[in-house]
Amino acid sequence: MYMSVNSGALALAPDTAPSVSGVRVFLLEAHSEFLRLLRAPSFCVPTIAFPLMFYLLFGILLGPVHAHPEAARAALANFLVIGSMAPGMFALGITLASDRERGLLELKRALPMPPGTYLLAKLAMAMLFAAIVALLIMGLAATLGGISLPPTRWLLLFAMAVIGVVPFCAIGLLVGALVKANAAPAVLNLIYLPMSFLSGLWVPLRFLPQGLARFAPLWPSWQLAQVGAAVIGQSPSGSPAAHALVLLALAAVCFAAAQRALRRRR
Amino acid sequence: MQSDSPVAALSHVVKRYGSQVALDDLSLGIEAGQVTALLGPNGAGKTTAIGLLLGLVAPDAGAVQVLGGPAGELAARRRTGVMLQSAALPDTLRVGELLQLVRGYYPRPRPLAEIAALTGIGAQLSQPYARLSGGQQRRLQFALAICGNPQLLFLDEPTTGLDLEARESLWTVVRELTARGCAILLTTHYLEEAEALAQRVVVLVRGRIVSEGSVEEIRAHGVRRHIRCISNLAVEEIRRWPDVTNATRAQQWLEIESNVAEPVVQRLLATDASLTELEVRRTGLAEAFVRITREAASKCTCP
Repeated sequence: MYMSVNSGALALAPDTAPSVSGVRVFLLEAHSEFLRLLRAPSFCVPTIAFPLMFYLLFGILLGPVHAHPEAARAALANFLVIGSMAPGMFALGITLASDRERGLLELKRALPMPPGTYLLAKLAMAMLFAAIVALLIMGLAATLGGISLPPTRWLLLFAMAVIGVVPFCAIGLLVGALVKANAAPAVLNLIYLPMSFLSGLWVPLRFLPQGLARFAPLWPSWQLAQVGAAVIGQSPSGSPAAHALVLLALAAVCFAAAQRALRRRR
Repeated sequence: MQSDSPVAALSHVVKRYGSQVALDDLSLGIEAGQVTALLGPNGAGKTTAIGLLLGLVAPDAGAVQVLGGPAGELAARRRTGVMLQSAALPDTLRVGELLQLVRGYYPRPRPLAEIAALTGIGAQLSQPYARLSGGQQRRLQFALAICGNPQLLFLDEPTTGLDLEARESLWTVVRELTARGCAILLTTHYLEEAEALAQRVVVLVRGRIVSEGSVEEIRAHGVRRHIRCISNLAVEEIRRWPDVTNATRAQQWLEIESNVAEPVVQRLLATDASLTELEVRRTGLAEAFVRITREAASKCTCP
């Protein structure tokens, strides 16, 4: 397509070009992020395979399924929290560290993407993966696990798992902004596994040493687990709204710190 | 605004990184329908200049204008294409997927078939990025830079790692784009590339412009002709001849630098009838560039 316009006029003509819909750019970006995550074993294994495998093992096969329905429901809620931690931390942490190091982040900033699209697409895909993991875990629970809950409870659990990704995304963002690409998966695992253990998600807190159990409220995964406990009707410590607020504040702090770190690295 | 103002411009820009001055009162305009080549040794500030024009870097002083607005605005980026020196794409995404993604950012992208034809990347559409050779990766990056039909194009070392054929075809596309009115800023280490493409050359040393003009003008800086022959004439004597700026000997070869060739050649032939293997060469951009940057470095008073 040749432009027959005088070059000077062409250069300075007001932008009469048809605009691009921000939603469309977001969808394209999200789709490419989805493919990227799906094709990365360093993401899929800890995110999808581990939570499912461990829920099947500890929550159902070795777990107190029919004998203690209360404990079985608690295990479900806890594994949904585990399933929602990994997509957030790994989807943002691994890809951001790599994009930063390989110069892709800089290229993306130069390309015509509306501001925020890059991160929103990553956040959306983390939520999508969390939704997939949650559905799979809940499917196992409802079939092999023999857990029955009223539909609203299932919905609330699902919502908890999907929205609960947000603070873990912020943690992943901070790690991705600070750590080298080849170290990111290891660092994320070092945060993810001990944190979930110390929050009493694998083994109830009362079986942990007193000293460790006392610090549980420091961990975002413990905070989210309290929301989960409220959803399945087991009395949490404190009100679920307060725990949600703590998570929101943590997300805001990590997000701000990550932005700062990214700006300083320019 | 007048229609003859540049498509993008830096005016009196200063950029420091800590105590290091990357750009020192730099003014530079990029015109429509022209390739402006930004040359300079490593660390001269070329990449910083591109970063400023892309809005990736903020100036400490001075102004940056791009397509009638401040650098980095979305409207300007929608009319800008960019190939950065080192920006690796995600390994697992396929060539076709990456092209469709980046095309989607732009309001009036080129058709995929046209991009494939222009850049020769069509055969690799279903290959993941990591499986491409270095040259193919560079071609894809070029394809991504032009896929949005840009009016302003930044090419930072575009042909590093390309074979001769791929380089030639990239040059052809660059010439076509400028013929259509696209403004291009090119940085390169290959001076023959600047010589082949650029209408205007800007030589940057330590963040300052030390020379600027057409390729001809830059080339004309200092010595213009190189004369080489096998002769026994004394170097000291030739150095005293008019127009001769320098003469050296390497075994039987005599090498003379002069402003004009003809009178020197006449005198050579008249003085030494046994002279053989005479050749006369114009100074290339590369030699002029080396001289300019060396002079600039020796003039510099900084440590």
